[in-house]
Amino acid sequence: MARNFNHRIRRYTFKAMHFFGLFLAMMVLCVPGFWIVLNSFRPTVEIMAKPPVWIPNELNLDHYRAMFGGIGEGGVPVLTYFTNSLVISVTSTVIAILIGMAGGYAFARYKFKFKGGIFVGLMITRAVPGVALSLPLFIIFARVGIIDTHIGMIIAYVALNVPFTVWLIDGFFRQIPPELAEAAEIDGCTRWQAFWRVEFPVARSGIASAGIFAFLTSWNEYALASQLTRSTTSKTMPVGLLDFTSEFTLNWGGMCALAVLMIIPALILTFLVQKHLIAGLTFGGVKG
Amino acid sequence: MAQVHLRNVVKKYGVLEVVHAINLDIADSEFVVLVGPSGCGKSTTLRMVAGLEAISGGEVHIGGRVVNDLPPRERNISMVFQNYALYPHMSVRENLGFSLKISKRSQADIDKAVDEAAEILSLTPLLDRKPGALSGGQRQRVAMGRAIVRHPEVFLFDEPLSNLDAKLRTQMRVEIKKLHQKLKSTIIYVTHDQVEAMTLADRIVIMRDGHIEQIGTPLDVFENPVNTFVATFIGSPPMNLLDGVVKEGQIEFGDGTCLAVPPAYSTYDGQAVTFGVRADNIMPVGHALPRGEHMAEVEMTVDLTEPLGTETLLFTVLAGTEVQAKMLNPRPVRSGERMTFQIMLDKCHLFDADTGATLKK
Repeated sequence: MARNFNHRIRRYTFKAMHFFGLFLAMMVLCVPGFWIVLNSFRPTVEIMAKPPVWIPNELNLDHYRAMFGGIGEGGVPVLTYFTNSLVISVTSTVIAILIGMAGGYAFARYKFKFKGGIFVGLMITRAVPGVALSLPLFIIFARVGIIDTHIGMIIAYVALNVPFTVWLIDGFFRQIPPELAEAAEIDGCTRWQAFWRVEFPVARSGIASAGIFAFLTSWNEYALASQLTRSTTSKTMPVGLLDFTSEFTLNWGGMCALAVLMIIPALILTFLVQKHLIAGLTFGGVKG
Repeated sequence: MAQVHLRNVVKKYGVLEVVHAINLDIADSEFVVLVGPSGCGKSTTLRMVAGLEAISGGEVHIGGRVVNDLPPRERNISMVFQNYALYPHMSVRENLGFSLKISKRSQADIDKAVDEAAEILSLTPLLDRKPGALSGGQRQRVAMGRAIVRHPEVFLFDEPLSNLDAKLRTQMRVEIKKLHQKLKSTIIYVTHDQVEAMTLADRIVIMRDGHIEQIGTPLDVFENPVNTFVATFIGSPPMNLLDGVVKEGQIEFGDGTCLAVPPAYSTYDGQAVTFGVRADNIMPVGHALPRGEHMAEVEMTVDLTEPLGTETLLFTVLAGTEVQAKMLNPRPVRSGERMTFQIMLDKCHLFDADTGATLKK
């Protein structure tokens, strides 16, 4: 009996420690986001207060009102930035996914010379920090004349995302047994039909997750965008955050309000495609 | 249905040749099983017939056409894969009807064909499930249903039962045989399991290292193996092989033990041979072998027994080599027990000791 009791005590203790650990981890992850959302609704006085005010006394929409207000009232061209971000992120993601699908499929299915080397080469490009690339890119883009354009940003982000999408999609295609496409070919499909009708739908979840990652990378990217965009014609939202800084002041409230607007589309997208992110679609088609 | 002919078919990967100019004629409605150990080229051969592997040399004919350069979809074949290869995102009904949908048949036609195939394979209650919700045996049946729904000229099976447990395998074996009898189709079936080969085939093709070793009916390859490889590969337990030399009507084994030469092989005096005898032809006295003219008797010690119910396998040593004998109507045997065994010399084989090829009777 005593042994049984001890065992139960130990199990409950472990469970409690497990929850506490999870709580700590989630706090580290969530508090910054929560703080941003909170600050966007608090008066500047409260944000800047020392010692910090943990429990807000007053919540209002002043920062949002000001942000959408005219110039001189603290307003920034939110809608323009939002449109720029959307156009650049969506276009670069679509292109990166298309290239990633073609590349990932080739790496997963075909044998060709220098395959390993090319793959490592692609991955190494990810090791270079964006800031280090910004100056050479700036010079090249300036020469070509695509500084401060959507197309320039799209090219930069496609280059940034392609190695990652190729790598991720390659992994998903590798999980799909080649017999599926072979069965489809025997069933009457051309190679192309076998891909679109069988392999693509099975890999859909993987491609969707690669898409989300690519979109979020482009949507949140700051280092390159801050160098390659100049005006409202191409400035993205992360760069727009800088509008809230001036020589001597920082409008934390406004910055947080814009940051919240930035987070919302990313959240919506993640919710929309999360069912595709749940892996396991391939389960059952072939013997595991 | 159709005939299939392989003419000097070669498969090379770079400089490595894995299938060496094989020839095979498969008659209309025939069930042919390619059998051999892993890496013998049987699956590669099947995949060349299917069009999934390019043919490096020779010709493959299906239904009178050379199909070397035709893609799989134009060969009018269907194939059942080892891992089933069901489309996981489609229901059983969609899986079965996929090929007809691709060939743009009307929905009514598709439904009729799918229902018919489902009926044959008892899949009707499962039609709306996804493959993930099926058991191994059910998935296997869906894979077979997908193959029969199009009424192809040739069915190809690539080790279709090797992922199933022993009981289900026996059950599916019977189903495949029934299916063949019902559809009267030409079937090429690949397996490494000789029991499957023996039970299913009209003719067995035994392959090793990219060569065909022997082609024949199951009984033929069992009773008249062309070499020691076939002798040990076909039949369970494998044929017992002992090296010796023919001397004056007797075979003398390494340890000096002598046995009378099987009567059919009297002309090999002085030749080094491999003596082959199946467990079925070595039995303890009094256990089912009729006392005949050409019978040798030896006393041996039983080291180990494997009771199988209707019979017991006895592991013993003859002339310094471990051999297996069989006891019908078994009684309990202790290990270490000395017993007198009869060897049925009429049923024994002699092979060339160097080449392993069977010696002419």
